[in-house]
Amino acid sequence: MEYSAGTPIYLQVIRELQKKMIKGELKPGDKMPSSRELAVLYKVNQNTAARIYREMESEGYCYTKRGIGTFVSEEENMFENLKKEMAEELLKNFMHEMKDLGFQKGDILCQVADYKEEQE
Amino acid sequence: MILECKDLTKTFVGKRAVSNVNLSMEKGRIYGLLGENGSGKTTWMKMTAGLTKPSSGEILYKDHPLCYRDKAEIAYMSTEPFYYDYMKVEDVGQYYQDFFEDFDREKFNGLVEKAGLENRMKVRNLSSGMGAKLKIVATMSRKAVLCLLDEPLNGIDYKAREEIISLILSEAGEDNTIVISTHLLEEVESFIDEAIFIKSGEVLKVADLERERITSGRSLTDIYMDVM
Repeated sequence: MEYSAGTPIYLQVIRELQKKMIKGELKPGDKMPSSRELAVLYKVNQNTAARIYREMESEGYCYTKRGIGTFVSEEENMFENLKKEMAEELLKNFMHEMKDLGFQKGDILCQVADYKEEQE
Repeated sequence: MILECKDLTKTFVGKRAVSNVNLSMEKGRIYGLLGENGSGKTTWMKMTAGLTKPSSGEILYKDHPLCYRDKAEIAYMSTEPFYYDYMKVEDVGQYYQDFFEDFDREKFNGLVEKAGLENRMKVRNLSSGMGAKLKIVATMSRKAVLCLLDEPLNGIDYKAREEIISLILSEAGEDNTIVISTHLLEEVESFIDEAIFIKSGEVLKVADLERERITSGRSLTDIYMDVM
């Protein structure tokens, strides 16, 4: 994973894991990687790995069964809400940047409607 | 505290290789010893590994003055290869087993496979990346409390570097402390707990990288440019 410099690593990994939950790559009830696997997978140390699970657990995205491992929360509407939250945040940033360039909401809406998706 | 250095100094004829270094290291953390070639990284490591004596100052290991018995718990991986050309990979395992009580042969065999090496391979025929991996595999197969890795990522290709980092991270845990010396900042930025900046034998700064990112939004290179 590519990290952006200067942003806490644990937040970047949490964001990545949340995306996986939203996209269904990590489904409710799925076993999550052990903290050691997480460390290798995301190139982080054990302290960061532990922090990632601690934070995600305290926010209810996953839970730990002692001696068995960490699992994705089974409350599905939690991920629907998360998806909305992330979209809102992206939109907010986008609107902010566009207004900075001098566009009004109406112009932006037209531009979005006319926008042709890039061919990949 | 697993390790403490107090006013640690090493002088070679007319030159201070390590100068008044004060450092303390805790269990369960990964430290990056960062500095250019000739900044004193290797000399510091050799003193900490008990291979060369300080000119003055003190090294405390687990709160007592470092002594020869502690070598059993401290693994040091030198920059230069420490096995002989005529050996096979499995001989390196045997060699290590003979030398170190905490060496775990099964773990060695497992890591050899994980690293894409084979027991039958001749050391002489290994590429530089493979040779570097063998060094890490042998070193990490010890159950050392303190691992000192001198330039484990130097002079090898990207893929071998990534594999070596994975090997290190899969063995790092709450019971050991790992020190990695390097000048490849981007390679280690995401997983180093604390960065120790060393220049001309002096420690200029010790930074908790995640804390720096949280409090000031500074990256490792930002801090490096600032202090060095």
